[in-house]
Amino acid sequence: MTPRPSFSKKLAESLVPAVPYLWLGLFFLVPFLIVFKISLSDPAVAQPPYKPTFEWGDIVGFFQGLDLENFELLTSDDLYFSATLSSVRIAGISTVLLLLVGFPIAYAMARAPVRYRSLLVALIILPFWTSFLIRIYAWIAILKPEGLLNQALIGLGVIGEPLTILNTEAAVFIGIVYAYLPFMVLPLYATLEKMDDTLLEAALDLGSTPWRAFWTITVPLAMPGIIAGSLLCFIPAVGEFVIPDLLGGSETLMIGRQLWSEFFSNRDWPLASAVAILLLIVLVVPIVIYRDVESRRVETRA
Amino acid sequence: MTRRLSFFNVTSLVIGFAFLYLPILLLVVYSFNASRLVTVWGGFSTQWYVALFRNQALMEAAWVTLRIALLSATLATVLGTLAALALTRYGRFTGRTLFTGMVYAPMVMPEVITGLSLLLFFVAIGLDRGFWTITLAHTTLTMCFVTVVVQSRLMTFDRSLEEAAMDLGAPPLRTFFSVTLPLIAPSIVAGFLLAFTLSLDDLVIASFNTGPGATTLPIRIYSQVRLGLSPEVNAASTILIGIVALGVTTATLLSKRSLLRSQRNIH
Repeated sequence: MTPRPSFSKKLAESLVPAVPYLWLGLFFLVPFLIVFKISLSDPAVAQPPYKPTFEWGDIVGFFQGLDLENFELLTSDDLYFSATLSSVRIAGISTVLLLLVGFPIAYAMARAPVRYRSLLVALIILPFWTSFLIRIYAWIAILKPEGLLNQALIGLGVIGEPLTILNTEAAVFIGIVYAYLPFMVLPLYATLEKMDDTLLEAALDLGSTPWRAFWTITVPLAMPGIIAGSLLCFIPAVGEFVIPDLLGGSETLMIGRQLWSEFFSNRDWPLASAVAILLLIVLVVPIVIYRDVESRRVETRA
Repeated sequence: MTRRLSFFNVTSLVIGFAFLYLPILLLVVYSFNASRLVTVWGGFSTQWYVALFRNQALMEAAWVTLRIALLSATLATVLGTLAALALTRYGRFTGRTLFTGMVYAPMVMPEVITGLSLLLFFVAIGLDRGFWTITLAHTTLTMCFVTVVVQSRLMTFDRSLEEAAMDLGAPPLRTFFSVTLPLIAPSIVAGFLLAFTLSLDDLVIASFNTGPGATTLPIRIYSQVRLGLSPEVNAASTILIGIVALGVTTATLLSKRSLLRSQRNIH
């Protein structure tokens, strides 16, 4: 039996959860509420560039100041609707591409001799430690019309004319797949590594084709990794700014880019906040699923 | 059991790693290019490194970035370790669901939302934008990553060591500093390094929360890239990659050594 802790000891102990709790509440939760509030206010040519909707003690004025004007603009202007749709589409296609590229890599890592596995995992993680911006920047020099990829392809005689890849949607797909690959491979590897090989052997012994054994055994068993990896890539990809801005063309519509230009170019903070809320609504379901999957995974491991 | 990788498996590994490393390798190689054109090889030269160190604006940005990264990573390590302890050692406390939500959400939240919401918060409380707002913003984002790294270590370690210390009469604080902390130290170091590189790297959140005199390196690089490719940026990138590679290697060696030492102590 441990003795009953004294009051001061209890106080010190309760500080452990309290300090990070308060920090996240202040710097994560409160800012969100402010975004909600400002998305309901009107823009103004002032510093800061919005009319305050809230004065202390002025409850009536507060409710009168709120309106859905920004959201009406969002629904009436096609731009935001198509930007949302195109973000979800680009992120969705990228996630499928990531699965197609990531699965064979994760599978091969899980099959590799045990002594090489931790090295392979380290090699997957390492690029993640180098600057995201720099890694995307590196692709500009590769994908340019007179860039290294076109030089190589022309040199090999594969193509006669340089391909236009930079400033197209294809470049955005390449950028997202490249930047997010570790986030797809690691969860896949974690589930594939635990898979019992004898199940596959049994299926093959019983006359199943390798292809059928893959779809009926490997894929279902890898499902938790497939779901975790897909969400881990899809959610941030929907709100991506840097990749479509540097690699995509001017016609590559994405909602994160829209938010950026409302804020920095048009200086319309209330509208930018409304776009943020729109983006959040699109992502709420995948984020809740992700949180659920993640906490279940952590609990089963414990 | 020894297995041999099939041809298909080897091919996917080779292509996968080539895809991951070739762009970085090309960037490093072309930073030593004598030509001003980024994609035409004109012989070996270190002139861009010289130009880089003469570039006052870039050097100043690097210094600001380094200070923000050190400060925010330190704060994030303390906060993240506390959060990890709260999640693994405190069972079901009031508001735990909200707490785990707040730890996991910032990691997947699009950066544009986090950046914008923090900026609006700083404006609402009347804090001038600049060095401190970026530092606070980075601390908030990176502490969540530290939490996850430290939490995974706390969950796998042998709690009987802590219980033994307590049974022998060590008070909780002493138990923490002489048993728990040394055991989770490698994960704390890893968490710190992760927080440091994330802060060093961040463009979006820093852009929203920056102010006069607080232009970070990613903001500076981004504005240069928009004007066109420059070999100076290649040189700056290569130096950053070098620093990160050095840091990661040191951290790996350190954690390996401490693992060996703790295994030796047990056996």
